[in-house]
Amino acid sequence: MKVRLVDIAHARSGDKGDTANVGVIALEPRWYEVLEQFVTRNRVAEHFRGMIEGEVDRYELPNLNALNFLLHGALDGGGTLSLKTDAQGKVYSTALLRMVIDVPDAEARRLSLPAAK
Amino acid sequence: MKKVVRVAAGQGFWGDDLDAPRRQVEGGPIDYLMLDYLAEVTMSILQKQKERDPALGYARDFIGAMESVLPAVLDRGVKVVANAGGVNPAACAVAVKAMAGKTGVKGGLRIGVVTGDDLLDRIDQLIGAGHPLANMETGEPLSTVRDRVLSANAYLGSEPIVEALGKGANVVITGRSTDTALTMAPLRHEFGWGATSWDQLAAGIVAGHIIECGAQCSGGNCLYDWRSIPDLANVGYPLVEAKPDGTFVVTKHPNTGGRVSVQTITEQLVYEMGDPHSYITPDVIADFTTIRLARDGDDRVLVSGIKGKPPTDKLKVSVAYRAGFKAVGTLVYAWPDALEKAQLADRVLRERLDRLGLGFERILSEFVGANATHGRLAGDQSGAPEVQLRFGVRGPDRAAVERFTREIAPLVLNGPPSVTGFAGGRPKVEEIVAYWPALVDKSVVKTKVDLIQ
Repeated sequence: MKVRLVDIAHARSGDKGDTANVGVIALEPRWYEVLEQFVTRNRVAEHFRGMIEGEVDRYELPNLNALNFLLHGALDGGGTLSLKTDAQGKVYSTALLRMVIDVPDAEARRLSLPAAK
Repeated sequence: MKKVVRVAAGQGFWGDDLDAPRRQVEGGPIDYLMLDYLAEVTMSILQKQKERDPALGYARDFIGAMESVLPAVLDRGVKVVANAGGVNPAACAVAVKAMAGKTGVKGGLRIGVVTGDDLLDRIDQLIGAGHPLANMETGEPLSTVRDRVLSANAYLGSEPIVEALGKGANVVITGRSTDTALTMAPLRHEFGWGATSWDQLAAGIVAGHIIECGAQCSGGNCLYDWRSIPDLANVGYPLVEAKPDGTFVVTKHPNTGGRVSVQTITEQLVYEMGDPHSYITPDVIADFTTIRLARDGDDRVLVSGIKGKPPTDKLKVSVAYRAGFKAVGTLVYAWPDALEKAQLADRVLRERLDRLGLGFERILSEFVGANATHGRLAGDQSGAPEVQLRFGVRGPDRAAVERFTREIAPLVLNGPPSVTGFAGGRPKVEEIVAYWPALVDKSVVKTKVDLIQ
């Protein structure tokens, strides 16, 4: 089943120099395992391919039902050097929530995941 | 020892809600008012102000904030901790005293002034002594931009603030302290936490991280269930109710808008986060993967379980340097084919700039309304009712950037059709002051605390 992250997670993003961070938080604690399993470092790097210049790092925070992604080279130089509207990476959060993942049907049913519209 | 200490946040950055400090001292009982004024490039703006007038160089909003909370400080014993001193904490203290004098206050203010963070006059000596102040992101030594440096400040930890409070200060003014130390230091002072009480110190840092952006943890900028967050016009700023064991509750005053919930706190916890296992501060390294959150009634979240470990022997240094000039111009194109028209205007503009040979380091065009923030992820926007072309350039030469600003308006008559939104006039040229993060050995930074009665 196809699941869109915006239906199972919320997020906030910010900056550190030319790196944007995106914290993705499961809307329900039991959905954290879906984030952990399917929203991988490679999947996120692929999602933002062509939009960021550097690598992606992923950190897990099971205590907060959250993942933290660092998107390096995402801010056109960052800070005051950047010419971007989103120079501080404030809305990379919802850009990540556009991602659609493929969850096996049995698992999606077990966790009552909403299907992507 | 107090059983519970209440620290309230009244300012999340320089430019935040002017009335929030007053609302925080009047809305309910608090022990400390914490005001965070300094973002990464704020110090360089203050440095420029100090160059023009040696009595400036601090966050002037703080004087008005102090005036509005003066009765609470003098009559109810609320203490204020603020990094409003910028590059001139002493002048900030003088201005607070002068303001108090003007309002008829004779005594009772004991202002602690923390200095020692300012390294601007010591840069050459430090480089000469083998401290390259290399850029943490690129590894380049500071010598590559030495002649363009405007300010250089080490991020100080909690110790000098604790010292000032210990000397009896009821207002503590610092320069470049870490945002989190402004919250942790009062807790450390009140509860007598030692320099190696890692878990408690880390808890104080986490409390600071949660409230340092003001209302961003109490309903502001909150994506979770945002439509249901009540009365943002009257949003309550956060406060922590901390206990000696390092546990604390985040809440806000009664009869205020916004919301404090596990979700609003979690969003703030992940904000500007790097490696969550190692949130590095001068006092302690906090492990964000140990944080436990639990609902503790309406608009109350209990935070517990936090673990800390010893810090490094370095301090972070924020250097600001001149990095050229930039300007951004915009034009709006309307349906039909708004995006296609804006894209043609972009090509025309690029060709004209190319012909002028202005030598920019960077040109960036974005199509606001189509894909400026989400890029190709936004999908097909060819049917958008209007699209704003947002065109920016950056380069070392002010004259070249000035020349660019004259190329926007002509497009209205000599470019693609259905164009509007140029009433703002020519784009403004801005000098860029850029941020250079570095590290320095703790041993070379000597802090000083003065008490002004």
